[in-house]
Amino acid sequence: MKVRIKFSKHGNTRYIGHLDIMRYFQKAMRRADIPIRYSEGFSPHQIMSFAAPLGVGIESDYEILDIEITEQVDPDTAIRRLNEVMCDGIRVLDWKYIDDNTGNAMSLVASADYFVECDCESLDPLNQPEIIITKESKSGDKKKVDIKPMIYKAELTGDGVFLHIAQGSAGNLKPDIIMSVLNISKYHIIRKCLYDTNGLTL
Amino acid sequence: MNKTFLSEDILLNIEKPARYIGNEPNMCVKNADDVDIRIALCFPDVYEIGMSNIGIQIIYELFNRREDIYCERVFSPWHDLDAIMRERKIPLFTLESQSPVKEMDMIGISMGYEMCYTNVLQILDLSGIPLYSKDRTDADPIVFGGGTCTYNPEPIADFFDFLYIGEAETKYDEVMDLYKKYKGNRSEFLRQVSHIEGIYVPSLYDVRYNEDGTVNSFTPEYEDVPGKVRRQAVVDMDSVRFIDKPIVPFIKVTQDRVVLEIMRGCIRGCRFCQAGIIYRPLREHSIEYLKDYAVKMLELTGSDEISLSSLSSSDFSKIEELLDFLIDYTSVKKVNISLPSLRIDTFSLDVMNKVQDVKKSSLTFASEAGTQRLRDVINKGITEEDILKGSMEAFKGGWNKVKMYFMLGLPTEGPEDRDGIGDLCEKIAENYYTIPKEERVGKVQISASSSFFVPKPFTPFQWAPMYTADEYREMAGAVMDHIRQQLNQKCIKYAWHDPEVSVLEGVFARGDRKLSRLIETAYRKGCMYDAWSDSFKSELWDEAFDECGMSKEFYNRERDQDELLPWDFIDIGVTKEFLKREWSNALNGVTTPNCRQQCSGCGARCYEGGVCFESKN
Repeated sequence: MKVRIKFSKHGNTRYIGHLDIMRYFQKAMRRADIPIRYSEGFSPHQIMSFAAPLGVGIESDYEILDIEITEQVDPDTAIRRLNEVMCDGIRVLDWKYIDDNTGNAMSLVASADYFVECDCESLDPLNQPEIIITKESKSGDKKKVDIKPMIYKAELTGDGVFLHIAQGSAGNLKPDIIMSVLNISKYHIIRKCLYDTNGLTL
Repeated sequence: MNKTFLSEDILLNIEKPARYIGNEPNMCVKNADDVDIRIALCFPDVYEIGMSNIGIQIIYELFNRREDIYCERVFSPWHDLDAIMRERKIPLFTLESQSPVKEMDMIGISMGYEMCYTNVLQILDLSGIPLYSKDRTDADPIVFGGGTCTYNPEPIADFFDFLYIGEAETKYDEVMDLYKKYKGNRSEFLRQVSHIEGIYVPSLYDVRYNEDGTVNSFTPEYEDVPGKVRRQAVVDMDSVRFIDKPIVPFIKVTQDRVVLEIMRGCIRGCRFCQAGIIYRPLREHSIEYLKDYAVKMLELTGSDEISLSSLSSSDFSKIEELLDFLIDYTSVKKVNISLPSLRIDTFSLDVMNKVQDVKKSSLTFASEAGTQRLRDVINKGITEEDILKGSMEAFKGGWNKVKMYFMLGLPTEGPEDRDGIGDLCEKIAENYYTIPKEERVGKVQISASSSFFVPKPFTPFQWAPMYTADEYREMAGAVMDHIRQQLNQKCIKYAWHDPEVSVLEGVFARGDRKLSRLIETAYRKGCMYDAWSDSFKSELWDEAFDECGMSKEFYNRERDQDELLPWDFIDIGVTKEFLKREWSNALNGVTTPNCRQQCSGCGARCYEGGVCFESKN
C-alpha cells in the first residue's frame, strides 16, 4: 500500500539538511511502529521517497513524503503515533492512501509556492523579457541560464514576495536565486505548497 | 520555543548548523525556573563525538531524572564557529535552553582521552569562566570533571573545582544534595564535598616537589580532607537504571547506533591496558536485563543498528544466548548487529556469518606484539596458534581480509620482536595460499598497523619508559623494512600512528600539576582539537614546552619503583603491590592467569561483587 504523508518543518528544524531529515524519518517510522515496507536484498532499507529536497534555512508548511506499508493503519492513528515521536517544529499533517499505480512524489512534482518574508518595494528586475543568471555546476563549469520561464508568478504582498516557481526534475528554481536577482540579502523563506504537472496539489 | 542562541546569518554560514540547535527527539525539556540546580554537561569535542559517548548519555539521564536538576548539553564548537564566537565575542551556550553556559550553577566535563585537554580550556574560555579554579568566585559556576582521564587528574587539576573519580551512578546524588545546601558558597561547598567518597578537590591538597622535579609530598591541607580518594564502582550492574529518553541526534554521529553495555571491567589483565585494571572487577549485567534493554532502546531511538560494548565481549558468560536473542530479534525488525571485540573462533565466525555481509567485513586480531615472548611480557593471552587457526578458519569460510593491531615501544622489546610483526603477517598470508585456488576469494589482504605504547597510570607498566618520536619512527621503519623482505609482501599493508601525538599523550598520562601551565600556554598559542590529526600542531606544543621550561623526556622517563607517583593518592582497589608484582612478572616473561582461571589477588575484591564472587565450579 502506498501512503502520501504531508508534514511541516518550522523553527530551528530549518537548519536540518535533507539527508538528515531522511534519516530522521526512517528512525521516526520505527519509533512510531509504522509497518513500513523494506526493500529486498542483503541490506534492506525502508521504501521512502521525498517529493522535493528543502534547502537548509527554509521553513515549510507543505512537505511531501511517500512510503509503502505492509498493513493498513487508520490515518488518524498513524498521524497521532507519528506526532508523538516528532521533535518540536516538525508536524505530520496528513496521511492518505494513494493508488498503487501513482508515481512517486519526486517524479510528480512540477512547481511550488513560496512566501519570502522581506523588505521588497519593486519586482521590476523580474519583469524583463529574460533573466539571465550564471549557474555553476558541481564540476565548476559555468553556464548561463534564463530563469524567466521558470517563474510562473511573483507578487508583492506588503510583507514580502509570493512566488510560484518551477520545482522538480524538469526544471528547478531555487527561491534564493530570485532574491539575489532582486538584490535582497535579508529574507526568510517558507515553502507553502507543492503541485504536480497538472497544477494539482500533491 | 524553538529559539536558537546563534543568529540565522551565523547558522547558515557554518558547517552542520544542526550541531548547535538542540531540539532532538527525546531531548530533556524543563523550565529552568523550576529547578534548584542547572548543570551544563560537556564532552569537550565536537557534537558527533560527544553524542557518541555512552557516559554522557548515562549522566544526562542520571541528573535529569531528578526534578530539582536541569542538565543540559554543551560540546566544543567546531573551528569555524569557534573563530566566529571569538571574533564577535559570543559566549558559549547550552543546547537545550540555548542559554549561556555561564548562567549555569555547575559545569560537568567528561574527559575520555588526554588529547582533549586544550578543548577543556576552549569550553571554559568561550563560556567566560576563569580557566583556573583559584580565580573563580562565588558568581562563577562550579566546574567539575569525570571520565577515564581522572584516574590521573593532576595535569588538569588546577582547572577543576572538583573531580569525580569512578563510575557516576554511586555518589552524584549525594554531591548534588550537598550542592543545594551550600549553593552560593563555593569554598564551603568544596570543603564539604571533599568528604564524599570518590570526590577529589585539588585545591585542598598541597603538592611539593623534589629538586629533580619529582613529587616529594602530596598532602591534604586540612585534617578533615581525606588523604586517599577511593574510586567509585557500581557493584550490582542491574541496579543501573535504563535510559528512559535516549536522545536521537539529527546529524549522523560517529556512533549512530544503540550501544548495549553488557558488562564493565575485564578478566584478562593485559599489562599495558588501563581499562583492564581500573574497571576491575568484571561485573556483568544479567541476560534478562540486557534483552529488555536492547529491545527498549531500539524502540525508543528507532535506530537500525545495535552494537555490544565491553572490553572483551567473548568473556561475557552468556554471550551465545545474548547473540542468539539479538539475531532473532533484529532479523525480524531489520536491524543490524555490529560485533566489536569478539575473539575470532568457530562461534564468532558463525555469528558473523549470520549477521554480516561476508564480502565487506574484515577480521581483526589485536596481537599487540610480534613474538610469543613479548606477548607473554604484556600478558596478552592470545597465541600465534590462536591467530593462525582463527584466520585459517575464517579463510575457509570465505574471508580474505585481516586487520592486525600491534604496539611498538613495549617494555623489553627488541629488534627480533619488531621483525616478528612481518613474520607473523607472512605466516598468515602463506597459510591462506595453502587453500586450493578454486576455494579462495582472490588475494589475501593483510592490514597491519602499529600504535606506540603509552604507559598509563594504574597498570603494571606505569613505571616503563617511553621513547622519542624519532626513535618511534625508526622502530616503525624497521618493521616496514622487514615486511618488505617477505615473500608475500605485496599482500601486506603497514601503517603507523603519528608518534608526536603518542609522546604528548604519554606526558599527560603520567603528568603532574605543573602541566596546567603547559596546557594553557599551548592553548593560548592556538592548540585545540589535538585528537584530530588535521588540527594537531606539534610545533606549537614544542614552543609551549620551551617557553615553560619543561621537557617531554622528564615525563616519559622510566619511573623509579619508590617514586611517589602523581596519582598515588587515588585508591582504585587494585593495589600497588599487585602492580609491582605484575611488573616483575612482565620482566621475567611470566604470564598471569585471567580472573576466571585463578584469582591473582589484585585487590579489586574489596568492591565485594563481580567476578571475584562468581561461584567457582
